[in-house]
Amino acid sequence: MEFPKGELDLREMQSLEGHNDRVWSLAWNPASGAAGVPAMLASCSGDKTARIWKQGPSGSFDCMAVLEDAHTRTVRSCAWSPCGKLLATTSFDATTAIWEHIGSDFECISTLEGHENEVKSVSWNASGSLIATCSRDKSVWIWEMQSGKEFECVSVLQGHTQDVKMVQWHPLIDVLVSVSYDSTIKVWAEDGDDDWHCVQTIDEACSGHSSTVWALSFNESGDRMVTCSDDLTLKIWDTSGTPSESSDDVPRPWRHVYTLSGFHDRTIFSVNWSREGVIASGAADDAICLFVESKEKMDGPFFSLVMKKEKAHAMDVNSVQWNPKNPRILASASDDGTIKIWELAEISG
Amino acid sequence: MVTGLINANPVVYERKERHLRSSPVVIDEYAVEPIDQLEIFEHVRDIKDPEHPYSLEELKVVTEDSIELDDQQSYVRVTFTPTVEHCSMATVIGLCLRVKLMRSLPSRYKVDIRVAPGTHATEAAVNKQLNDKERVAAALENPRLLEMVDECLAATYI
Repeated sequence: MEFPKGELDLREMQSLEGHNDRVWSLAWNPASGAAGVPAMLASCSGDKTARIWKQGPSGSFDCMAVLEDAHTRTVRSCAWSPCGKLLATTSFDATTAIWEHIGSDFECISTLEGHENEVKSVSWNASGSLIATCSRDKSVWIWEMQSGKEFECVSVLQGHTQDVKMVQWHPLIDVLVSVSYDSTIKVWAEDGDDDWHCVQTIDEACSGHSSTVWALSFNESGDRMVTCSDDLTLKIWDTSGTPSESSDDVPRPWRHVYTLSGFHDRTIFSVNWSREGVIASGAADDAICLFVESKEKMDGPFFSLVMKKEKAHAMDVNSVQWNPKNPRILASASDDGTIKIWELAEISG
Repeated sequence: MVTGLINANPVVYERKERHLRSSPVVIDEYAVEPIDQLEIFEHVRDIKDPEHPYSLEELKVVTEDSIELDDQQSYVRVTFTPTVEHCSMATVIGLCLRVKLMRSLPSRYKVDIRVAPGTHATEAAVNKQLNDKERVAAALENPRLLEMVDECLAATYI
């Protein structure tokens, strides 16, 4: 798929309604959306439910399931296992629920307890053997899947001094990154002895953020990541070469390469890097921005704005996620209770 | 450990005289009236202080001038002055302001709440909490806290 060369626009394809409260997070099922399997999207909300949306033959999405009665408070985030058969949902009720897709139903097969308060994010590693969760209790927990799809906590990572907002596993190796209300980014790795520890902390002094970091996203190859913050900037980080997984090496440190500022005037809640290299951001200014790395030869990496979609939603944009199988399709979630499906296309004429 | 009220003897001020607004000559039912500073103040002036049987106006915790707004931009910022520097009720007051405005203003509005600079010992920490949407949402799911907030807001709905 060749990336369009002309002027681009984000075209609204559909607005999905159904949730009765703000929609916090979205996750595309990684095993669907290609080879005849219809695309599937999970969303979660302040209405205490998660919803599964499936793309029909006409191309439009319909709600195929409402996952309820598992959480007693806001469902804050959701993430699919790499095989696409399991969905993890986290809640302000301090638990993480694991759902299995059986036929056309979703059944809650497990509940992970342990955090002291709101669980804010969940991420599966590349092989699907580990789950990481984080919470306002300042800790990050790593859980290992056992036989029978049970999960056992293998590590409780302390280090952040405040609320941890999001965790994301590296797309290729078992390195975990967390971002926090304490304005730092932390990188966690295992020393080969099942011992997890923090191998790098990026704070304001290392060109890091000056306020709460809300989200992060890796590029496809995993040598870059982008973070977004309440300080109104997005920052690009690079780890030259591929981080090594061997027990003798510590992963190469992440260095700051670029800061994007002046594009959003309120807190940036979400950022996501597409397979084609387009960075999407969603913020409290109701807008969605798209950025790419400049092709021009500059003195070092340079990123620029492709477009800003003002009033993408009627209220704050909480999550933006590119469809992993079709990188021109973007889903966004908002305080206005809706989810929108967008298509990145060239403006004709 | 402090027992009893944080501030047992707050200074109580006179309530500002309320003027009835004159009705407009031309009544266009579909016209959207711009929201002004006074309207925002009317939403919050009668919020009861969490500790005392006085309103935020009577304790000068909020004044009409402490409200900055731009209706065109759908933006409002309320600056409030806690009665004492170490007031642990500051976050509750801030939360009350946020909830009342959330329930009273059109959803297009962006609201910032802050403590008046120099009036609180942990000003930055209080401001950060009050403006973190996720922290606010989680706090409001706490039944005890929500009950406290609703009690403070009861007088404003009359």
